[in-house]
Amino acid sequence: MADEERVPTVIAHNAHIIYRIHGSVSAAQNSPVSSFKRLVTRTKSAAVREVHAVKGVSFVAYKGEAIGLIGTNGSGKSTLLRAIAGLLPVEPGGAIYAAGQPSLLGVNAALMNDLSGERNVTLGCLAMGMTPAEVKAQVQDIIEFSGINERGDFSSLPMRTYSSGMGARLRFAIAAAKKHDVLLIDEALATGDAKFRKRSEQRVRDLREEAGTVFLVSHSEQSIRDTCERSIWLESGVIKADGPTEDVMKEYESYVKK
Amino acid sequence: MAQTTVVESYTGPSPQELARKHGLGAAGRLPSLPEYTREIWSYRHFIWEFAGAKVAASLGTTRLGMIWQVLTPLFNAGVYYVIFGVLLNTKHGVNNFIPYLCTGVFIFGYTQSVVQAGVQAISGNLGLIRALHFPRASLPLSITLVEARNMIASMAVLVTIVLVTGEPLTWEWLLLVPALILQTIFNAGFAMLVGRLGSTLHDLRQLIPFIMRVWMYSSAVLYPVTQFTAHLHGWKLALVEANPMLVYIELMRHALMENVTLAGTPMRLWTLAIFWAIVMGIGGYAYFWRGEKGYGRG
Repeated sequence: MADEERVPTVIAHNAHIIYRIHGSVSAAQNSPVSSFKRLVTRTKSAAVREVHAVKGVSFVAYKGEAIGLIGTNGSGKSTLLRAIAGLLPVEPGGAIYAAGQPSLLGVNAALMNDLSGERNVTLGCLAMGMTPAEVKAQVQDIIEFSGINERGDFSSLPMRTYSSGMGARLRFAIAAAKKHDVLLIDEALATGDAKFRKRSEQRVRDLREEAGTVFLVSHSEQSIRDTCERSIWLESGVIKADGPTEDVMKEYESYVKK
Repeated sequence: MAQTTVVESYTGPSPQELARKHGLGAAGRLPSLPEYTREIWSYRHFIWEFAGAKVAASLGTTRLGMIWQVLTPLFNAGVYYVIFGVLLNTKHGVNNFIPYLCTGVFIFGYTQSVVQAGVQAISGNLGLIRALHFPRASLPLSITLVEARNMIASMAVLVTIVLVTGEPLTWEWLLLVPALILQTIFNAGFAMLVGRLGSTLHDLRQLIPFIMRVWMYSSAVLYPVTQFTAHLHGWKLALVEANPMLVYIELMRHALMENVTLAGTPMRLWTLAIFWAIVMGIGGYAYFWRGEKGYGRG
């Protein structure tokens, strides 16, 4: 495929992301007296700390690509995903452009735990902008795909009764039900069992064929190898390597083993 | 497929030009106000479903379930009846004090519960906000919807109380519909205002109970509005009489009861009610919209 024909879906250009964390104070600093002192002396910075999580990342992702993001813990992978989703601001001077509205699918993405799985499916689908008719047509497929009914009728039980794997599977099933221009998956595949992982990897491939772009953050090298042909290796917020998964994986593995 | 492109080798138009050419938007761009309004309209089914889900989730673990929607206002009225009607036998020169009191309590309670829930509209749903993309105003709006539904049950209780205590059913009762609609618009704007404030100012939640209590005492809920005219003068009186909660409560009393002394002429009350609904409705909405992209960060 020639370069002109490839349609970019995500463009990151010199993206810096700085976290500002409030209230990250030690117990000693959190006493009423010190809080008062901070208020009086106006040194509020004591409670605000900055973390420079992503430092000048640039890349272009194209339609139909599945890109694996790898790197050691705390290297800025999840932060980058959240910035692509528009949930974190990029510092001035850089920018991230994306097609449509990228959807971030993470393991912490909580739905409403007191509601039944089925009701959560309806709610989640409506929140993604589906019409009630579309939702009605899809609810059963989504529940079936998630496999939560494999051990009895769990879809009518509240989500708080689910195991963590079941919850993650349901969330993935909901997010994967809609065609996304850009789907960002944060470790979601890692929680399911082998059978579900296989199914979800197939779904990721399908989504890609529907001309979307998929970003996958995972510590499972196998699931990255199986689903992504391109990988980006982030280390301390800087891109160390970007290219075919096999090449990047080799570099990454030799780095980790050191 | 050219799957093996390495980004470093990329030499084409600048990222900005490339993004523009393919119609990519900058992540986290704020939509225009009309655009945002259209988006909310297309999410109306979500707002409705989310409101239903909230009620189901909050009552799902109780044994009586939906019956609480009627029981809560009934108990509420019962408490005030016992204290003011039986124990203290307060009259304050009002002919029919119990419906007078209950109207105040119920109408004020409507806004109060919207504010209490609204301040957590964003901070209490961060999981949902971080996971899915929808116009965030859906959250305070569905909270208003939840309370509006509860209010319909409360109104049934209130109407019964008013009738039982001997007030006649007149054509003026029809005025309760526009009065409630105006108050609901006011509440929706208010929920969006405190929703945004509460998303960054976490201390606000601790202050809300005190703010609401001060507000309740200055809205002539527990005692007749004539107490104000007797004791306050000048700007203080003007301030108290412009109080939106006082206006909505007085309008409801005007609609449901005969022979009540109002804080102002009905004309003046209606004007103020419409004014407050527009100011708070549009102001709260615009204020919430300005912060749209900031929710879920932090």
